[in-house]
Amino acid sequence: MPKNVAITGNGAMAEAMRQINPDVVAAFPITPSTQVIEDFAKFVNDGKVDTELITVESEHSAMSACIGASAAGGRVMTATSSNGMALMWEMLYIAASMRQPVLMTLVNRAMSAPINIHCDHGDSMGARDAGWIQIYAENHQEAYDNMIMAPVIGENMDVRLPVMVCMDGFLISHSVETMQIEDDQQVSEFVGEKVPLNSLFDTDKPVSWGALDLQDYYIEHRRGQLEAMYKAKSVIEDVSKRFAEQFGRKYDLFESYRLEDAERVIVAINSVAGELKEVVDELREQGEKVGLLKIRVFRPFPYEDISKALEGCKIVTVMDRSTSMGAYGPLFGEISNALYNLEDRPLLYNRTYGLGGREMLLDDLKDVFQESKDYLNNGKVEKIFDFLKVRGA
Amino acid sequence: MPNLQEMAKKDSAFSSGHRMCAGCPVPIFTKMLTRVTDFDIVVGSATGCLEVASSIFPYSAWKVPWIHTAFENVSAMMSGVEALDKVNRKKNKSDKKIKCIATGGDGGTYDIGIQSLSAAMERGHDLLYICYDNGAYMNTGIQRSGATPLGAATTTSPVGSVIAGKQQQRKDLTRIMIAHHIPYVAQASIHNPIDLSNKIKKGIEIDGPAFINILCPCIPGWRIAPNMAVESARLGVDTCFWPLYEVEDQKFKINYTPKEKLPVTDWLFTQGRFRHLKDDKWSHLVEDFQTRVDEQWDWLLACQTKTE
Ligand SMILES: Cc1ncc(C[n+]2csc(CCOP(=O)(O)OP(=O)(O)O)c2C)c(N)n1
Ligand code: SF4
Ligand SMILES: [Mg+2]
Repeated sequence: MPKNVAITGNGAMAEAMRQINPDVVAAFPITPSTQVIEDFAKFVNDGKVDTELITVESEHSAMSACIGASAAGGRVMTATSSNGMALMWEMLYIAASMRQPVLMTLVNRAMSAPINIHCDHGDSMGARDAGWIQIYAENHQEAYDNMIMAPVIGENMDVRLPVMVCMDGFLISHSVETMQIEDDQQVSEFVGEKVPLNSLFDTDKPVSWGALDLQDYYIEHRRGQLEAMYKAKSVIEDVSKRFAEQFGRKYDLFESYRLEDAERVIVAINSVAGELKEVVDELREQGEKVGLLKIRVFRPFPYEDISKALEGCKIVTVMDRSTSMGAYGPLFGEISNALYNLEDRPLLYNRTYGLGGREMLLDDLKDVFQESKDYLNNGKVEKIFDFLKVRGA
Repeated sequence: MPNLQEMAKKDSAFSSGHRMCAGCPVPIFTKMLTRVTDFDIVVGSATGCLEVASSIFPYSAWKVPWIHTAFENVSAMMSGVEALDKVNRKKNKSDKKIKCIATGGDGGTYDIGIQSLSAAMERGHDLLYICYDNGAYMNTGIQRSGATPLGAATTTSPVGSVIAGKQQQRKDLTRIMIAHHIPYVAQASIHNPIDLSNKIKKGIEIDGPAFINILCPCIPGWRIAPNMAVESARLGVDTCFWPLYEVEDQKFKINYTPKEKLPVTDWLFTQGRFRHLKDDKWSHLVEDFQTRVDEQWDWLLACQTKTE
């Protein structure tokens, strides 16, 4: 039976993992994702899953073990954050290029240095070119739902790519919220079994994985990988539809919140969207035409759909919770790409916020909308790029 | 114990037509893998000569399932493969035990891969790790490693007028692996196929982690003629630079004792990489080399006596 529970984000991810019952989990502790693996270890030792848990000595080894088990045909999972993911870096690319649908909970945390355990998106944004499908979540329920969908998406035969399910460190991972955990049996049926492809254990038909690939083939293999990523877009839509039919919660590639006639729009990712919705509601009540576009799927990036959704609005503020040193924010770059081909382009600018866990209160977000109002009234953007709530600016 | 003639009739795990250098002895051990055992095997290789020269897409020399992902992680990667085999049997998806073998060069094993190796052994996976020690990063053009012997010239420890060759003694990885208290650790050499095949068979078939370190001369790296790999390995063993021994459940056994322990110079001066050591200017390096070899041999004899 589905049940309503009060649970932390990490606890919810561990529940999803228990229900998915993967063959192999390999992981290494790092705040704020540690609890996912602690809870899961308890499930293993209580016999609630059949999983082999490999308590590796590093995240590099975690991802390496996941890739090995996946190439042998298993469904594999891991969880990590910031520096842990950075240590996996080399293997993130290899998982994707070897088309291994490894599943990861990424609890977003700021990258060192300075060392910091709190939320920003520097870890996953830095990995955006690694070839992983990236799905983001505003809250506990979405993170859990995304994880239930992840194996079905990544293991689809047209896709076969790893999937990173991201949620905000502490804000979601450690806060308790009431949400629905679906019925074990129904989840199990929804995720099905992984179909092995060229498994290492097929000893009658031996395959070689990970060959040296030079000028005469590398580019074709990369292109094939990219095609799989493009196909992932419609697969995500299909799986989300199936999920809605079965469990009742509907997800698109991104969420359009009061966008229909919106003139001023904020684009953002993850938990800040919850607060932004409150602010949008309040401003709407005062008659302001504001809206929110919340990114769910960042890779593959749905350029055309987003450009359609933003067509007609007058000014767009992109809020990035990470920096690409020496460039505009990574989300801003994608949104400008999406908007460039519109005939009637809105004004567009970028605000960086929340690095290392710096909080954004409702009033701070109202200020953001106020600034966009001023810009719109003046008909021009004064500062394309700036920080929010930072000293010394 | 494998019979070499019978062994030769079995299919090899490794085909000819690979792109190792002419005279490279590494394939001597890869060809044995399926011939010494009836188990089905899966092989994983760390980045390095063997991996590169056996798998240039769209070709592969491997006739058994094989995987390579990176340089430093073969032990972790094969831990995952081994764990899946366990799960498959637990879930009754398979009733066939698959034996996992990891291979790495000295660079991938002594240096960049030691963390992942050590942890995989500590976790107790049923995994045989085979290190082929050719004493340098050969694939990238002969750079020094933690296994490079004292005094050897490599491209990152060249012979200069002030400093000649590698200035440090090599680390004794086999001893580090013994300290892991795993069921089986051995040192072998490619010049002795009977001893080598016995060890590989044991390493594969033993339940639990096993480690074998194989001395594998390298033609360009050691600056020897293509027909000299086997002879060079033999001298390495007869000088006791590379004793053949095994440690089973902490019991030491020396598998070969030279009739006459040759001076290390017999081994050193047949290789171009040590040629400069003939100059009296560097005689202290040769002395230090001999001292270390003697100490190591005495230690081994003592260990054997103590655990008899
Ligand atoms: C992380 C990483 N660093 C460096 C390299 C470059 N590299 C590839 S093989 C190799 C040396 C391999 O040496 P060894 O393990 O001794 O094997 P050999 O080539 O001697 O057989 C190096 C440095 C790499 N592939 N990956
Ligand atoms: S460089 Fe040395 S180890 Fe590498 S293939 Fe040639 S002989 Fe063998
Ligand atoms: Mg080497």
